[in-house]
Amino acid sequence: METIATKYELRLYVAGKTAKSVTALTNLKRYCEEHLQGQYKIEVIDLLVHPQLAEGDQIFAIPTLVRKVPEPIRKIIGDLSNEEKVLVGLNIRPFNSN
Amino acid sequence: MAKAPKKEKTKFVHPQIPKTLTGITGLDEITQGGIPAGRPTLICGGAGCGKTLLSLEFIVRGAMEYNEPGVFMAFEEKGEELAMNVASLGFDLNKLQAEKKIKVDYVHINRSEIEETGEYDLDGLFIRLGFAIDNIGAKRVVLDTIENLFSGLSNQAILRTELRRLFHWLKEKGVTAIITGERGDGQSLTRQGLEEYVSDCVILLDHRVTNQISTRRLRVIKYRGTVHGTNEYPFLIDEDGISVLPVTSLKLEKEVSSERIPSGIPALDKMLGGKGFFKGSSILVSGTAGTGKTSIAACLAYESCTHKRRCLYFAFEESPNQIIRNMKSIDLNLQKHIDNGLLQFQASRPTLHGLEEHLVSMHKLIKRFEPDVVILDPITNLITVGAVSEVKAMLVRLIDFLLDEQITVMFTALSLNTIVNEQTDEGVSSLVDTWLSVRDIEFNGERNRGLYIMKSRGMKHSNQVREFIITDKGMDLVDVYLGPEGILTGSAREAQKLREQTEEVLHENAINLKNREIDRKRKVLEAKISSLKTEFESAEEELNRIYIQEELVKKVTESNRQELTRMRRGQSETENKKEKKQKK
Repeated sequence: METIATKYELRLYVAGKTAKSVTALTNLKRYCEEHLQGQYKIEVIDLLVHPQLAEGDQIFAIPTLVRKVPEPIRKIIGDLSNEEKVLVGLNIRPFNSN
Repeated sequence: MAKAPKKEKTKFVHPQIPKTLTGITGLDEITQGGIPAGRPTLICGGAGCGKTLLSLEFIVRGAMEYNEPGVFMAFEEKGEELAMNVASLGFDLNKLQAEKKIKVDYVHINRSEIEETGEYDLDGLFIRLGFAIDNIGAKRVVLDTIENLFSGLSNQAILRTELRRLFHWLKEKGVTAIITGERGDGQSLTRQGLEEYVSDCVILLDHRVTNQISTRRLRVIKYRGTVHGTNEYPFLIDEDGISVLPVTSLKLEKEVSSERIPSGIPALDKMLGGKGFFKGSSILVSGTAGTGKTSIAACLAYESCTHKRRCLYFAFEESPNQIIRNMKSIDLNLQKHIDNGLLQFQASRPTLHGLEEHLVSMHKLIKRFEPDVVILDPITNLITVGAVSEVKAMLVRLIDFLLDEQITVMFTALSLNTIVNEQTDEGVSSLVDTWLSVRDIEFNGERNRGLYIMKSRGMKHSNQVREFIITDKGMDLVDVYLGPEGILTGSAREAQKLREQTEEVLHENAINLKNREIDRKRKVLEAKISSLKTEFESAEEELNRIYIQEELVKKVTESNRQELTRMRRGQSETENKKEKKQKK
């Protein structure tokens, strides 16, 4: 995963191991494996541990997925249960043309 | 500030809910001690009514005056923008942030950047807020305007439950919070019905434009567990932030003074029981145009300053320089007192603010300058700003406040000839303690000024009409001439005086003539008496003469007879002598 080919830098903000956070992380991992194999990096930030980080990415909802790279920054909030929406949100849909 | 409620507190058995002072001028008086401590308060109102400023001032004052750090969570404006906005009020947000007294957290919500999928909560916000609060030990929190969440997120059901949770959480945290909300359409106080969640204290701000003049107003709609002022209170945003004016004092428990303040016109003082106005009383000078109302006011100002009393002069018609120049013509050098700081002019067009804002700004100035005498010249112009009843209400409150502060106030009012003269348009005549009326007396082709004292509570005052004269040396009052032809003033009075003088001379002359005639008569009489006397004397003499003559004749006859007898008898000389002895 630590390759130069990393195209997607994703950050998932959670607050403890809540059901929603766990669901979100599981969903995210699944989509990434399916569509972005080898091109992504997921960073999970637990705001209960690092509350000071919430301000930087303008987090107010939990869980929030932030796409840092590629620009522009996109945010997806919720447990990521809707695959379609997540992929559109992350702009992954035109995967084949990539 | 909260002295009045403290007194009442002893009456109540139940303790009052704890309150937090906002530090905003006037608001703490209305709420009798501030907003509920440890609970959220909702401030709602339309756009541009000062919600953000009010809440920010709450935070800043808390940090600066009460040593209570605060978190300002902004959903609308960025920290830098906020700092800029309040820099003009003398609040240095950046410095306070650096000192960890304030934390401004800008929550950026942009719908286009956000995609929602599935379940979520606002724990992120809670964590951010919690972190900020714990970081600086905040006691105060502002959420401005949390309704922006609704425009950024589409899942209303989640938002509503989360908001409910947020307010509970704030209460648990024990912070005093202000939540602002945009006023909704129709009856609802906020667009998203925030008042459902925040139910302890709701304050409504309002920005109304009447007759092209805007006035901001504040009203405490709801405040659980405490008494509060329920009226709409005007407030002002100026260089010192927000000032709310709790204007109607409910009690009539003013201290009164029997100290007198001379009016600056000795003759007027004489009419007022010889000493002038009471300190802390209100004086109305009404009159038609050009009757010298401003001059009377300026006289009072000048006199007060001469006695080292501070005087604040609100001019609604003329500029200070104009007044100073004009008053020089009657020998009042007001500039001198401005220079030594005893006199201050405050000139503004009535249309500058709404009535209430006038009141607030006057209130502030009076508090700052602490005058002994306040002059409002003229109140009539305020009519252009509000309805008569509003002007009256405002003046009542102003008088109330001034009397409370033991400040003497003089109003001038223009009365129009067409209206009944006994009534000023503002209807304040019943409120004032002393009412001077200056009236034009038109007679004999000229206008003269007559001054009456319509009323003067608590002192003996003259009921006479005086002619009011403005001269180079100042002002004076003279007795008008009251004659069979009515009141005479001005040149008619002078003419009457001259006429009287002439009459007097003539009269004197006539008397002299009479006196002389009497003298003459007396002399004639005396002459007659003396002639009669002489006559009598001559008559007497004549009579006497006849009488003596008769005597003599008688004597001579007697002696002749005796001689004859003797001669007839032939008696000797000796016998004759004997006879003489016998006779003896």
